[in-house]
Amino acid sequence: MAGSNPSTQEYISHHLTNLTYGQLPAGYVRDGDTLESAQWTVAHSAQEAADMGFMAIHLDTMFWSIFLGALFCWSFARAAKAATSGVPAGFQNFVEMVVDFIDDNVKSIFHHKNDLVAPLALTVFVWVFLQNLMDLVPVDWIPELAKLMGIHYMKVVPSTDVNATAGMAVGVFMLILYYSIKQKGVGGFAAELAFQPLPKWALPFNLFLEIVGLIAKPISLALRLFGNMYAGEMVFIIISLLPFYLQWLLSVPWAIFHILIITLQAFIFAILTVVYLAMAYDHH
Amino acid sequence: MNINLTLFAQLISFAIFVWFCKTYVWPPIISAMQERQKQIADGLNAAEKAGQDLEVAHQKIDAQLVEAKAQASQILDQANKRAAQIVDEAKEAALTEGQRLKDAAQSDIEQEVNRAKEQLRAQVASLALIGAEKVLEASVDEAAHKDIVNKLAANL
Repeated sequence: MAGSNPSTQEYISHHLTNLTYGQLPAGYVRDGDTLESAQWTVAHSAQEAADMGFMAIHLDTMFWSIFLGALFCWSFARAAKAATSGVPAGFQNFVEMVVDFIDDNVKSIFHHKNDLVAPLALTVFVWVFLQNLMDLVPVDWIPELAKLMGIHYMKVVPSTDVNATAGMAVGVFMLILYYSIKQKGVGGFAAELAFQPLPKWALPFNLFLEIVGLIAKPISLALRLFGNMYAGEMVFIIISLLPFYLQWLLSVPWAIFHILIITLQAFIFAILTVVYLAMAYDHH
Repeated sequence: MNINLTLFAQLISFAIFVWFCKTYVWPPIISAMQERQKQIADGLNAAEKAGQDLEVAHQKIDAQLVEAKAQASQILDQANKRAAQIVDEAKEAALTEGQRLKDAAQSDIEQEVNRAKEQLRAQVASLALIGAEKVLEASVDEAAHKDIVNKLAANL
């Protein structure tokens, strides 16, 4: 458990607070002092982080997700550089297995000519998987290490931050809009939104229905991943409240089950991305 | 669950990672895999073709073997025939030669007999003359009675 016997609620909320760098507004009362002007600073508490509002950035989420993304790019690019048509060995085997898996899935779902979708799906799958994988690092290890280095908040699983999952989902959403308009034209896309499922006389109803359906795609992508990982992380945190000699009883089965969940969630995110883009291409 | 600038920062890093993957990771891996797939397919095709070639070669070998056997037996037949012919000829020649030798020997013998007869005849004539001389005690005139004696000798 963290620190010198904090209360259970403090412990949990500490673990769920991001390391936030943001702007506190002028007149904000901080540690008894009133700020004279707006100030960019690292939040000292969950309340301060929340009060920073939109003008803030989660340093821990950014660090870990970029670190993991770079790890993905570096290792896969190394394998790609060494890739030959000869007999593959070691890490190249693994990379080719993942690439082949993604390629098969994309080919079975997406039947148009597009050389972005498959690498996009690969990036989503591996990046999300690596982010989720951080969930299997025991919940206190990295935060305690960070505390020794003087960093008081450290949330190591980027996919438990809705900003990270929503960032990806917004990216996918922009691609959906781009390809919808590219394939069907602005008019075609608008017609698709306006003239179905009911005939023309129900245009407002159609528009409402289709736009909700469209917006639901990125929101469901973001919240599904976020919700699953947040809940999983929460269970790990709660398990770590037990006496240390009992924790393995619950944490081991949950971790093993979680291996399935993190892979499945990464796969679902990647596959839904491909499905949505295939839908953007198809004429309805 | 604070929505803030992190979302846009994540969006940007996501775009960068996707771009990187699309540019540097995906194409070389996929092309290597496709090339390997092609090589394996080519290899399998080559193996299949080699198998077919082998089959053809086996058939050719079988045909040549049959032909060679036929030729061999033909040559053997001819050789046998020729051998029999040579033996026949030799036999013929031997018989002819034997006959010739026999004839020559016969004629030699006959000549010898004749010569012996001549000698005998001559000797008999002289012996008869000597005998007659002895009997007649030189009363016979050799010149006068020579004809008679010769006649006698010729009748022997």
